[in-house]
Amino acid sequence: MLRYVIRRLVMLLGIVFVISVGSFYLIHLLPGDPAVVILGTGATPQNKLILYKQLGLNRPIYEQYFTWIGNVLHGNMGTSFISQTSVASTIRAALPIDVELIVLSQILAFAAAIPLAMRSSRRPDGPLDRILGATSFTLLSVPSFIIIVLLVLFISIKLGIPHTGPSSYVTLSSDWIANLESLALPAFTLAIGSFVVYYRVLRSDLIATLQEEFITMARSKGISQRRIMWRHAFRPSSVALLGSAGVNIGGLLAGGFVVQYLLAIPGLGFTLINAINMSDYLLVQGIVLVVSVGVVLINFIFDFIINIVDPRISRE
Amino acid sequence: MNELLEEVSLVERPEKNKPLGILFWVCVGWVALNVFGAIFANVLPLQNPLFENFSAVNAGPGLHHLFGTDDLGRDIFSRVVYGSRVSIAVGVGAMLIGFGIGAPLGMLAAYRRGRFDMVLTTVMYILLAFPAIIATIAVLSFWAPRGLAKIILVIGLASVPLVYRVIRTATMSIATKDYIIAAKVQGATDRRILVKELLPNVTPIGVSFLLIGVATVITLEGALAFLGLSVNPPTPSWGNMINEARTVMAQNPWLVIFPSLALCLFLLCLNFIGDRLRSHFDVTEVKL
Repeated sequence: MLRYVIRRLVMLLGIVFVISVGSFYLIHLLPGDPAVVILGTGATPQNKLILYKQLGLNRPIYEQYFTWIGNVLHGNMGTSFISQTSVASTIRAALPIDVELIVLSQILAFAAAIPLAMRSSRRPDGPLDRILGATSFTLLSVPSFIIIVLLVLFISIKLGIPHTGPSSYVTLSSDWIANLESLALPAFTLAIGSFVVYYRVLRSDLIATLQEEFITMARSKGISQRRIMWRHAFRPSSVALLGSAGVNIGGLLAGGFVVQYLLAIPGLGFTLINAINMSDYLLVQGIVLVVSVGVVLINFIFDFIINIVDPRISRE
Repeated sequence: MNELLEEVSLVERPEKNKPLGILFWVCVGWVALNVFGAIFANVLPLQNPLFENFSAVNAGPGLHHLFGTDDLGRDIFSRVVYGSRVSIAVGVGAMLIGFGIGAPLGMLAAYRRGRFDMVLTTVMYILLAFPAIIATIAVLSFWAPRGLAKIILVIGLASVPLVYRVIRTATMSIATKDYIIAAKVQGATDRRILVKELLPNVTPIGVSFLLIGVATVITLEGALAFLGLSVNPPTPSWGNMINEARTVMAQNPWLVIFPSLALCLFLLCLNFIGDRLRSHFDVTEVKL
């Protein structure tokens, strides 16, 4: 177990290193003077000089990388030339909103997917299983941006429910009820996508597990249906569920931008799109780095949880 | 891209020799109709999708304008048909690039194994760890000027590691079968085994993932359109149309509903065909 974790940790460090090189090198992949790309609309001769000095653009590229990564490790990702604020503090302000949104959506998704998967796996191809199967397959093909647009159209515009429309985000510290209201539609939208995946994965694994001999054994001992589901069948069936949860939560961190953008919720996704529109290169670079590392970390954590659930995996 | 990953992890019960079903052929028909419309949009008797008719603004669905008109008086039906061009071109184009590079590499790595496989697989897995969506947005946003070809190229390259992984795993499960070993014993060349023995058996798996991949890329193109990173207006694409309609959707909800329906139906059919083919060819051995 320990050896497995150490090996994964070394791999993690390797991947984080590659990601940092990738985020750093982004600027050099693009044609033109990097200083002009970084400064965007603020490319005055003075700013150019400051930037050349700050990033050491005249020095060899590997030296530039080590200067940059040294600063990043000290929490300094530079100061945006557009907004004149530090990139690190902008990211620190936006990240908690993403976390809240993801936590809310995952609570909703698991709360719906686990009981429903248990119900429908009891009678595969029964009426409930068929209806849920068709519904989840259809929802799989509806992009989140369409769900959110339709929800805004019907709930915030037609029904006029407050705090749900675009640009009505309320911070958690000022009014937590209004905050939950303003996050209700995006959290619900993200939850639908997650629910579909979790339901389908857990259902098929449960059906397979329920045919195992130890379940027949438990049944013959007269253990209740509910106890068999939760105590005997759930744990061995949850490995694929956890695996897809890791991929999915990482995907929400990286791909939740559309929902945030449409409702103007100032999380990382929204900040990223604004930074792109303002050509705020340093902020884009910072967010790309933070989100990529976040995705890798989430996958690592879920790998770890899977190992606790099924220790056989690390022994292979 | 995530959808593709999740699809892979679903372990379906094998359904041997089950007919493809009428719904499958309905979906094939719908996809074929859309592709036909996209290819022959300028030959078909459609109104000009860019023509602004200010005497018929925000008209509801009717005989003259089948789906109604938008806030500039442009015909929505014709825009939906023309819009499919961008979506289908991006979806198919990107997947052709992804499969063009990823599939041969994946097959070769799975067949050869050894050091070649190890190095390539490590590189691909590291690339997979990098969130493709963020990389795509970052590159597209700073690589001016934007255009259809660049969008296809960037998404296509971003999909290579995923295609590589799917095809490599699929090939590996086939490469150990007896008939491959028999061919080797008979002295068949590597080239012959790859093309005549492995390729026909990997193709069904590849095609079903290709279709699901096209659906995923079309979704991604829609998301990019929302961020203003797809083709520039007034060129219609399904994503562009939904995005532009947001500001006036309280007055004219049809403007959102028709392109959304077109997009969802097309995606649904692609996913359905892909899923059916996958269970039809019994790809349950392909575990990742």
